[in-house]
Amino acid sequence: MSPKTLYDKIWDAHVAHEADDGTCLLYIDRHLVHEVTSPQAFEGLRMTDRTVRAPDKTIAVPDHNVPTTLDRANAATMTEDSRIQVEALDKNAKDFGIHYYPVSDVRQGIVHIVGPEQGWTLPGMTVVCGDSHTATHGAFGSLAHGIGTSEVEHVLATQTLIQKKSKNMKVEITGKLRPGVTAKDITMSVIGATGTAGGTGYVIEYCGEAIRDLSMEGRMTVCNMAIEGGARAGLIAPDEKTFEYCMGRPHAPKGAQWEAALNWWKTLYSDDDAHWDKVITLKGEDIAPVVTWGTSPEDVLPITANVPSPSDFKGGKVEAAQRSLDYMGLTAGTPLNEVEIDTVFIGSCTNGRIEDLRAAAAILKGKKIKDGLRAMVVPGSGLVRAQAEEEGLADIFKEAGFEWRLAGCSMCLAMNPDQLSPGERCAATSNRNFEGRQGRGGRTHLMSPAMAAAAAVTGRLTDVREMM
Amino acid sequence: MNKFTTLSGIAAPMPLINIDTDMIIPKQFLKTIKRSGLGVNLFDEMRYDDDRNEIPDFVLNKPQYREAQILVAGDNFGCGSSREHAPWAIADFGITCVIAPGYADIFYNNCFKNGILPIVLPQEQVDLLMKDAEKGANARIEVDLESQTITSSDGDVLTFEVDPFKKHCLMNGLDDIGLTMEKEKSIDAFEATATQSRPWV
Ligand code: SF4
Repeated sequence: MSPKTLYDKIWDAHVAHEADDGTCLLYIDRHLVHEVTSPQAFEGLRMTDRTVRAPDKTIAVPDHNVPTTLDRANAATMTEDSRIQVEALDKNAKDFGIHYYPVSDVRQGIVHIVGPEQGWTLPGMTVVCGDSHTATHGAFGSLAHGIGTSEVEHVLATQTLIQKKSKNMKVEITGKLRPGVTAKDITMSVIGATGTAGGTGYVIEYCGEAIRDLSMEGRMTVCNMAIEGGARAGLIAPDEKTFEYCMGRPHAPKGAQWEAALNWWKTLYSDDDAHWDKVITLKGEDIAPVVTWGTSPEDVLPITANVPSPSDFKGGKVEAAQRSLDYMGLTAGTPLNEVEIDTVFIGSCTNGRIEDLRAAAAILKGKKIKDGLRAMVVPGSGLVRAQAEEEGLADIFKEAGFEWRLAGCSMCLAMNPDQLSPGERCAATSNRNFEGRQGRGGRTHLMSPAMAAAAAVTGRLTDVREMM
Repeated sequence: MNKFTTLSGIAAPMPLINIDTDMIIPKQFLKTIKRSGLGVNLFDEMRYDDDRNEIPDFVLNKPQYREAQILVAGDNFGCGSSREHAPWAIADFGITCVIAPGYADIFYNNCFKNGILPIVLPQEQVDLLMKDAEKGANARIEVDLESQTITSSDGDVLTFEVDPFKKHCLMNGLDDIGLTMEKEKSIDAFEATATQSRPWV
């Protein structure tokens, strides 16, 4: 047999039909659904009298619109259109008989955090969701694609996705990370190196010692932002850490089935002499704590650098950089660690897991946020929140002056009431710094949870290493 | 789904690279549970000021581009979120063809599901059409999907590549779900085998 990559192996195990031109029907093991990209898909099913083919493999949770304030059970905390979307999901979940975690359930949270947490996401699976950050689930060695609403409808009706195979790209992070450098810095540095279109047409497999050394939480952070690098999916081969994370989760297999699953999972790695269409290697020790300065996730620089000048770039990027600087209200040459911020947001499917909260709390312990700053922590799920309370992290955040919120997407995309005002500058642990992403005119700097915590203390972008 | 066969229309130039889906349709418009009506909010934050007045400088607000049916854009168009509201808004505005050096993957796929033809051309050819588009209403660009050609207002003919299956579906307005359902037997068979070999799924 010819050598295969991890992607090849998962792909081959899921092809339900292949046409002469290579177009495949890929069977989908898990379909995750949220309230924003699904109403039109369910409506489509109703209009054509179709049903959900595999309701058992379909899991829904509202996350994008839901308020994260403590009084959210009060319907008045939601705008009417948000409420309509959440109610539509309530109804669709019931009518079509799919698994559902309503807002009132402690297990509710961001779909990409709930899936792994509940053991829905397992190695070797195909996972889709009408959300580009579905790539997150690749951390388990599952092939996870973000899809559009028409595809959501297609998967609901047929449990398959029409796909052509992508190319294979290997991103290797060798060696060890230096202190203060995290999974977020890895994934942002990769995008800084490849650009936001560098991964277009590829499925990325992340490998190398620095990736192996990451926890499952860290691996999810890395895969989460594969999409910001243009790749539709990012993968990490499963190993003992993966199996340990999965074991005992509510929807993970048990007993003899666990053993059978484990046997197969252990075959899920890229063969030594497998073919790669593109290989990128970064040295772990070369990666610094980074922040974004512009309005594209590729606008990444070490915190020790200065705001760049448009003339540092070539081609279409010159104009784009000028536009970014204007939008961000930054002057070329300013040291990044002098840029003052108004707001700190810790949360999102990139960095809303327990390890992220631990990393931020470690910096904040016994400290206060800068006077006048607005700071919030939004745990990725109700269970992450509960665990953080148990570990005493919630108290650290509250004593430092952070708001301690309920689970949801919150200020990652500001579809709920958590938004930036025009000109407001935010240190955020989310994944997108696009214009208007966190609120019209809002200015976003992406970074790791520890860096965001450090910025909260000083009131400016800060090198976390100064506080360690 | 609407068919796409040929189009002769005004092209609006948007040379910016990395135009993301948050720019195409900001999130406050994702709260709809319908597919239609998003055209007025296409490029909302670039198109209107805080008081909802049109910003005259924005290309689609200029008299010569208000009826544009083609968009000529910079590289990596449609990056960012998977929101199909982006192609819905584009189609609802009346644009059914986008021409750019490259697209984000999910956006590219979403276009075909909504009767929009996204054409990929090398940068130099996009530059040529960009110049054409900058001439405004006097310059119509012709697109023919069957022959996979674009004719500029000066009569230059450019050819483009498109996946044959996607082309077939777009030209005939075919519904993917209907096509897939014709292969239900294969899906049934796959499911039966998979339940045996991976019963935990
Ligand atoms: S947290 Fe942000 S990126 Fe993640 S699913 Fe929610 S909105 Fe999308």
